[in-house]
Amino acid sequence: MSVFAIVLIVIVAFFAGMEGILDEFQFHQPLVACTLIGLVTGHLEAGIILGGTLQMMALGWANIGAAVAPDAALASVASAILMVIALNGGADQGEAITTAIAVAVPLSVAGLFLTMIVRTLAIPVVHAQDAAAAKGNFAAIEAWQIAAICMQGIRIAIPAAALCFIPDKAVMGALNMMPAWLNEGMTIGGGMVAAVGYAMVINMMATNEVWPFFALGFCVAAISELTLIALGVIGISLALIYLGLKEAAKAGAGAAGSGDPLGDILDDYE
Amino acid sequence: MAENKVTLSKKDRMSVAWRHQFLQGSWNYERMQNGGWCYSIIPAIKKLYPNKDDQIAALKRHMEFYNTHPYVSAPVMGVTLALEEDRANGAPVDDAAIQGVKVGMMGPLAGVGDPAFWFTLRPLLGALGASLAMEGNIVGPILFFVLWNLIRMAFIWYTQEFGYKLGTSITKDLSGGLMGKITEGASILGMFVIGGLVQRWVSISFAPVVSRVEQSDGAFIDWTAIADTAGQGGQGVADAIHSALSQYASLGSTGLEQIKVTTLQANLDSLIPGLAAVCVTLLCCWLLKKKVSPIVIIIGMFAVGIVGHLVGLL
Repeated sequence: MSVFAIVLIVIVAFFAGMEGILDEFQFHQPLVACTLIGLVTGHLEAGIILGGTLQMMALGWANIGAAVAPDAALASVASAILMVIALNGGADQGEAITTAIAVAVPLSVAGLFLTMIVRTLAIPVVHAQDAAAAKGNFAAIEAWQIAAICMQGIRIAIPAAALCFIPDKAVMGALNMMPAWLNEGMTIGGGMVAAVGYAMVINMMATNEVWPFFALGFCVAAISELTLIALGVIGISLALIYLGLKEAAKAGAGAAGSGDPLGDILDDYE
Repeated sequence: MAENKVTLSKKDRMSVAWRHQFLQGSWNYERMQNGGWCYSIIPAIKKLYPNKDDQIAALKRHMEFYNTHPYVSAPVMGVTLALEEDRANGAPVDDAAIQGVKVGMMGPLAGVGDPAFWFTLRPLLGALGASLAMEGNIVGPILFFVLWNLIRMAFIWYTQEFGYKLGTSITKDLSGGLMGKITEGASILGMFVIGGLVQRWVSISFAPVVSRVEQSDGAFIDWTAIADTAGQGGQGVADAIHSALSQYASLGSTGLEQIKVTTLQANLDSLIPGLAAVCVTLLCCWLLKKKVSPIVIIIGMFAVGIVGHLVGLL
């Protein structure tokens, strides 16, 4: 890889690391991070495909409260770099992407530990901010905040820079050593991994009241003519209808009193 | 004091909203988002309190524990700005009132933000972008990035303004059932979409063959006849292709071979397409409830994939 490409990769990695904690612009999502690394290394198409595939696996990964999910930032950046090295070494695009996906999962765990370390390192940072606040020093509070963000950026930038210097021969050697059954088996496993993310989401949202909507979505999605946008529209409509009906039922029950329309008619019948 | 009322200009509020995007930068295990919150509110403190002692007091009270979803933090900021403005103008707003509003709002709002953004909007936009990207289409990532940031920026600006204009009366609005409805609506949409995504994107395919049935003549393409026609060369080859394709169109994929092979997967799919996927997902839900780490489950799935493939199950 050229020095120029490596510098660009490190910049992308830095942004991904920052966003891994900020969660605003979404530079850490595989769809964005892998595409950018593909772009700066001249393997745009492979980067987009890798990003899309990893994104599908990572859809439900989210930081809730103090809990941390597998880290999408390191997984997407590092796997994209390895894919680029393999492609530069002459690997087949499909094979390079499959392997990159397989290494992404252990990397997401490594990223998780790194982010926990940085979040602990941030404790002295806020103590420094406390001290600055006690002196009314605005600039120092701002500087420490920016330093903390940079610390998160460096969390990904350093591993990324290190990976760039792995010779392509080593990556190709590892690729060639990998037997077909291992590769195929990991592809099969990768197909199931998305279920973990969805399960995390389901566990957060599920109540007895909303389970039927899960079943509806599952059955309706089998109609392959429906795009995801169509599914979204159906989902929004269902939510609006359901909430509207629930409201109406509450209002009706308050007015009629008995909550039994047939009973009311019979009572009024003379 | 009354004649010199200090107010935050639109520019001040925009500056706070911009900084608020870096709320989680110094996220720490001690007081979580406190540093980012203090960083965000600095422009307002500078404007409202010319006196150094007042500034120090304000900075200190905004270094207290704080943690919520980073986007729905915007209306909390709006209300806090309104309170600080009242206080600077002499209203009796004490530290406890400000901290009380922040803590009182952050919990319920996080309860709305997580399902709405992390569990509904991001999976939806992410899946939309990813499904395009998997075919190598650059529109996928661009669509995701642009739509997400447009929605996010519009949300944080307008909800901060909303909170600022309403001041503390927002707490009444929020407890008036609206929050509950938003949470429930987002959960319904989220569950519906997740149901669809499980069907489409969790792939599991069982390889074992359940049955081999020898099909009767006419139920499969007679390849020897096709070969004879093709053997005549020239027009014969074209005729052979035509014949094979038209038979295939009427017989379907089972007409390709004399022996009809039915895999376990085909049987499952004829019950409901994606049945295996939903079972795997529900199994994950159960395992997660049993406090099994998601990382362990993911590694387990790779192991199952490899072993299953070796024994010919998958």
